[in-house]
Amino acid sequence: MSKLHWEDFQPGHVAVYGPRRVTREEIIAFAAEFDPQPMHMDEAAGGATLLGGLGASGWHTCSLLMRMVADGFLLDAASEGSPGIDDLRWLAPLRPNTEIRVRAIALERRVSKSKPERGFVKFRFDVIDQQDKVIASLTCSQMLKRRESGAPA
Amino acid sequence: MNYFEDVAIGEVMALGGHTFTAEEIKAFALRFDPQPFHTDEAAAKESHFGALCASGWHTSVVWMRLMVEYRRRLSEAARARGEPVAAIGPALGFRDLKWHKPVYVNDTISYQSEVVDKRPSRSRPRLGLVSIRSSGVNQHGELVLSFVSTTFLERRPEVP
Repeated sequence: MSKLHWEDFQPGHVAVYGPRRVTREEIIAFAAEFDPQPMHMDEAAGGATLLGGLGASGWHTCSLLMRMVADGFLLDAASEGSPGIDDLRWLAPLRPNTEIRVRAIALERRVSKSKPERGFVKFRFDVIDQQDKVIASLTCSQMLKRRESGAPA
Repeated sequence: MNYFEDVAIGEVMALGGHTFTAEEIKAFALRFDPQPFHTDEAAAKESHFGALCASGWHTSVVWMRLMVEYRRRLSEAARARGEPVAAIGPALGFRDLKWHKPVYVNDTISYQSEVVDKRPSRSRPRLGLVSIRSSGVNQHGELVLSFVSTTFLERRPEVP
């Protein structure tokens, strides 16, 4: 099986991954482990905040996005990791029993200056619910091996 | 916890450190980021990372955990003094998150956050917005993580 390489990600390409239903139990379990703020663990406490009810930790949303991107394509790609996230916005609460999908849009790409066998693809990833409402949106660069690794371009 | 009015730009919060064991690196990665260089020592050795390293999301969520614990200590101290505790959160998001260097097995990362901006919320008069620059440094003094996040913080209630 040939892995996906940098050349396989054309700017403008859109794909949707998922769905995945997020349960109340996993929201509370993630919060208890990594983000134990009452608004992520208790309906009444969440109701007293701008979340307006129990809402997942934003970091949980990010972690779920990562898993859905991994299962969606990254585990089949010659991934070399990511240098970071340009921008992330938590736009709406992630509620229990929401069925989320990830919409991936390849924005642009370039070859690494320091490592010509590597390329960067800039993606926008949106976490969306059943009604296509955007719960979180981020832009990041993904590092991928080039197919012509080491060879002249 | 201090109200929006009490927060000073330049204020630094030392959040403490965390040592990343192989077991927890793999446990987090198997749940959320199962790329082979985060889940398997042999595969990681063959990768450009050269050894098993933590998912960047893992090193980021540990910051959150330490920040929540830091705030909890401040809140408990304030309550013990009979002072009110300002509500904080939720956050709007973050920008310029950089995973500068890998976090390898048994690396100890020290985290801190510095207030870099504050402004009243235009849409919500009882709240302000506070931006902090957070960072993680390993035991060799190398920066491994940094980002700037913005969160709501309650303003001091006006005395009638």
